[in-house]
Amino acid sequence: MVSGLTIGERQGAIVILVLLAVIGTIMAAAAGRTGDPMSVHGFIVLLFSLAVLAVVFWGYYTPAPDEGRLKSYYDDPSKAGIIIAMIWAVIGMFVGDWVAWLLAYPDLTFDAAWSSFGRLRPVHTTGVIFGFGGNALIATSFHVMQRTSRARMPDQLSPWFVLVGYNLFCILAVSGYLLGITQSREYAEPEWYADIWLVIVWVTYLVLYLRTLARRKEPHIYVANWYYLAFILVVAMLHIVNNLAVPVSYAGAKSYSLFSGVQDAMTEWWYGHNAVAFFLTAGFLAMLYYYLPKRAERPIYSYRMSIVGFWGITFFYMWAGSHHLHYTALPQWVQTLGMSFSAMLLIPSWIAAANALLTLNGAWHKVRDDATLRFMMMAAVFYGLTTFEGSFMAIRPVNSLSHYTDWTIGHVHAGALGWVALITFGSIYALVPWLWKRERMYSLKLVEAHFWLALAGTLVYVFAMWNSGVIQGLMWRTYNESGTLAYSFVDSMIAMHPYYITRAIGGLLFLAGALIGCYNIWMTIRRPAPVAESARWDAPLPAALQPAE
Amino acid sequence: MLRTHYRLERKSVLFALAIVVVASIGGIIEIAPLFTIGGTVETDPDMRVYTPLELAGRNIYIREGCYACHSQMIRTLQDEVERYGHYSLAVESKYDHPMLWGSKRTGPDLARVGGKYSDHWHTEHLNNPRNVVPQSVMPAYSWLLRDELKVSDLSAHLKAQRAVGVPYTDDMIANAPADAVAQASPDDDTEGLTKRYGKATQIRDFDGNKQSVSEMDALVAYLQILGKLSGAAHAPQPVQKTAGN
Repeated sequence: MVSGLTIGERQGAIVILVLLAVIGTIMAAAAGRTGDPMSVHGFIVLLFSLAVLAVVFWGYYTPAPDEGRLKSYYDDPSKAGIIIAMIWAVIGMFVGDWVAWLLAYPDLTFDAAWSSFGRLRPVHTTGVIFGFGGNALIATSFHVMQRTSRARMPDQLSPWFVLVGYNLFCILAVSGYLLGITQSREYAEPEWYADIWLVIVWVTYLVLYLRTLARRKEPHIYVANWYYLAFILVVAMLHIVNNLAVPVSYAGAKSYSLFSGVQDAMTEWWYGHNAVAFFLTAGFLAMLYYYLPKRAERPIYSYRMSIVGFWGITFFYMWAGSHHLHYTALPQWVQTLGMSFSAMLLIPSWIAAANALLTLNGAWHKVRDDATLRFMMMAAVFYGLTTFEGSFMAIRPVNSLSHYTDWTIGHVHAGALGWVALITFGSIYALVPWLWKRERMYSLKLVEAHFWLALAGTLVYVFAMWNSGVIQGLMWRTYNESGTLAYSFVDSMIAMHPYYITRAIGGLLFLAGALIGCYNIWMTIRRPAPVAESARWDAPLPAALQPAE
Repeated sequence: MLRTHYRLERKSVLFALAIVVVASIGGIIEIAPLFTIGGTVETDPDMRVYTPLELAGRNIYIREGCYACHSQMIRTLQDEVERYGHYSLAVESKYDHPMLWGSKRTGPDLARVGGKYSDHWHTEHLNNPRNVVPQSVMPAYSWLLRDELKVSDLSAHLKAQRAVGVPYTDDMIANAPADAVAQASPDDDTEGLTKRYGKATQIRDFDGNKQSVSEMDALVAYLQILGKLSGAAHAPQPVQKTAGN
């Protein structure tokens, strides 16, 4: 790790980490005086920076890399990112399944604040979205931007800063929820200081991306990079506006959002829906547009469809957030705009999905034989299904039934498990042998087993939630013959019980698949490399052999 | 168009700017007018602010993630109005930084739960929901009775609330910790509290334990005020709105 950094970069890393350790100490001391939980975060920042500092010192006297490195790509951060992503996947999915069981058996926990449903649930969402998804996005984006630009990253320090700094944010986020530190903004729960830290990390990420693109030897920017760029830029925009807040004290965690009521609700769901769009869609479409054609050894089906799909998604998505607020106190004109654009959104979404599936023309026999490619194909199918379902649910009368019910949870997981996780696993299975210079994964049978567990888990999960959601929605609005509501709320809750158990079993299958994936990846890395040490790094290819534009 | 794009995708900074412009339009058009169009939020001159104890309770509600399972937004649908009461108005969450409209009802909506159950019911229910609702899947929040409420920093909280637009007076800010204790101590002197927050302020020993002001006191005080900050929903004249529904 450290051996890839120049001496100057090692010193730079030490300066940054010492600075961070000082900030951690100040946070711990200042908040400790009033007994604010932010002091725990101060200690976490301090310990984190000391641990990374120890790693840097450990490798400080290894020989500096020679100039030869500049002829090759820099993949160490991608490797680390993949391993970290898999660790987050296991943590996030484990907590997810735990809270799923809690809804069936509420006493399946400890008599302690940290282990109650309300605090664990954001650990699950942040763990899988930002921990697993975010690290996978960072790791693959580093890999893809270098290949498609045929250029090495401009330096070795900033990618590590982005990856390690981002994980510090994730750790602050999930540990905060357990301590009771939260803004309560869905999918943007971390408090103000964690948010500021993420801005610093994210700006570094953007600058790194643009600097790498500036060094490219390929005149055109490949479509995967459009999506990664949109992901980085728009997430920055959303994050900053949605998290505007006034802290109660600079020595405490609590802050109050700048907006209130209806404006706050609109801002939150403008953020929330576009976190789905630009974190969970754009970034993963970037993966799809690189790893699927690579693995299938087929060029992208249509350049024109890539363009229309990309700009359609970038434009239409930003209007769709208000469909989360149908029939609420949000003015109706905003609801109607949200509904209309959500319906229109189906067009670019299906163009993107179709472009991916049509790319497989001539390679369908590979889909049959190769579970890795099948992961990606199935992801594209789920992407198409989920975007259709999303547009459907955004229609106001449909939403009157589905909103507030488990149908929403089912929809989200069709997307999160079926689309986001499957494309990530597929990309990782393709990427691990490439990065570590292995001929293939340790066991193809285990990849196959993972595929079927993941697919079965997803289907069991979403079918359970579709059922429970529709039943719930119908029970809430059913009247008896005398014209009064037929069911109490408790009646509808009792009806959910079998579906909650089924859902938790589906989640367990999915988690089992992820664990198998971890084992397989670990064994692949551990196996001795069959190729010579001189070929340890990928060098930029002399001619453009990238997936076609 | 393809030609233009063919040229655009050769310039990274221009491409990035194009993304920012295209992605900004929707948000600007949907969010900015919500601040400027009169009538987006109804006017209610009699609306009152949260007392320090209620605000502390609200922060506990946020801390424990209650919003993940309970909405505070009754939609304009007949069955919801019959189940939960008058549909929610924008003005009712005017002082909610952040709003807690929620997105999921694993449990029922709480927008108008204030006054529906007794303090004792809430305390028992929060301590262990299955004591009062055997089929409930809600977590037990037993530590709320054990933990004393931290009131020392409430003045700073009110000050931050004022910074984001809630009309707390200097008097309210200065007396915040004392007011929080007073609201849960009906036997003490509560004159200052009612002078600042109005005669309708609910002053009770919410958790049934006179020894101390617990987090349970604060949370129950908050739950009991839900839906009662503004009378706009029950105004004799329908509230005028120039935009929206």
